[in-house]
Amino acid sequence: MLDLHGYGRMLWQGLELTILVGLGAMALAVASGLLGAWGKLSHHRAGRWLAGTYTTVIRGVPELILILLIYYGVPTFIQDLAARAGHDLRIDLNPFVAGVVTIGLIYGAFATEVFRGAFLAIPRGQIEAARAFGMGRVVMLRRIVLPQMWRFALPGPGNVWMVLIKATALISVIQLDELMPSADIAARATRLPFTFFFAASLFYLGITVVSMLIQGRFEAWSQRGTRSVQG
Amino acid sequence: MAAYGYMLYFRGTPLLVQLFLVYYGSGQFQPFSGELGVWFLFREAYFCAVLTLAPNTAAYTAEILRGAVLAVSRGHAEAARSLGMSGPLLYRRIILPKAFRLALPAYTNEAVLLLQATSLVSIITLLDLTGMARIIVARSFEPYKLYITAGLIYLVITYTFVLVSRRVERRLSAHLREQPVGASAAQPGAEQKPGRADLTGEGR
Repeated sequence: MLDLHGYGRMLWQGLELTILVGLGAMALAVASGLLGAWGKLSHHRAGRWLAGTYTTVIRGVPELILILLIYYGVPTFIQDLAARAGHDLRIDLNPFVAGVVTIGLIYGAFATEVFRGAFLAIPRGQIEAARAFGMGRVVMLRRIVLPQMWRFALPGPGNVWMVLIKATALISVIQLDELMPSADIAARATRLPFTFFFAASLFYLGITVVSMLIQGRFEAWSQRGTRSVQG
Repeated sequence: MAAYGYMLYFRGTPLLVQLFLVYYGSGQFQPFSGELGVWFLFREAYFCAVLTLAPNTAAYTAEILRGAVLAVSRGHAEAARSLGMSGPLLYRRIILPKAFRLALPAYTNEAVLLLQATSLVSIITLLDLTGMARIIVARSFEPYKLYITAGLIYLVITYTFVLVSRRVERRLSAHLREQPVGASAAQPGAEQKPGRADLTGEGR
């Protein structure tokens, strides 16, 4: 493997943590995205309002502010509340958990739109036909909606993932030793900042390119049995 | 090929890395840039921020414009060609005006994301809205109050901008909405309706 003045291994470990945070956040983003889409499409006004507020606020505020707010803001808020109630409380969030939760919740808002769009892309007639056959909600979801939603939605989560993995670079501000701080330490020690940040950028580029290739494969797979646009 | 590589690099790596590459990375070439007499520029965080953000947003914008030009219907371009327009004239009169209109919603998204991306310059020591909030937090130890306030300010700027842009879009596509009944938009060669700015752009 590349050595990079002996810091190659450290960068590599940073990359592993970056990918771990990315995967955890992606799982949370898909979960909250499905939940959000369900809320946005629900018949309950409260559900729509909640999901709408969630996506509006998250998409209107920079990620960095949200990360700082969750990592530094939430613990102090709880401490202040406890202090007012007469308790002395000290909370320290684990940076890994805070990073995963923040990035996951932010990209959950984007995933919400993706899943909502995919659900709406299913022709209404098919839902009606499924009802006419006497399928219940769960059976219909499993047999008709999800298999097709998957196909419509696939480019979406793929894109969410690629944006999300880039956003993980931001959680270096909350002292999690992922790729960025590793590169930073190496850059300071060797006084070769360009070399190391460029190496880090190539790592991210590598993740993006590999993800693009996998996404292409998946799309081809999910489109099997359907006619392509070209006929 | 060069354009493809440029767009892939700027869209495939985090903006934060790009910022560090310019702001801290330029130090590695200090003897060289000192000789050229441009080192005093790279010492300025502001200059580095602009030097990073501009090509970054340009790469995303290029992708938007590419999509928009491809979305201009073939029939329009063919009709213009048959009238003898070609090259720059065809682009100036037919393709670009249509492409710009189609690109506007996506470009609004991009502009909003750029606005939010500027919060990253606080990491390379610039005192923008986020940077100021962080400084005050360091002094007052009241993180949630300040970050919520800063978040609200961003929120207001963002949605004001989106609303204004939507009005502009409505004006620009008025002729597409007020079609006589029966003139179906699904006709081949009919003009495509632009979407809506909905903050679903490509993040950094």
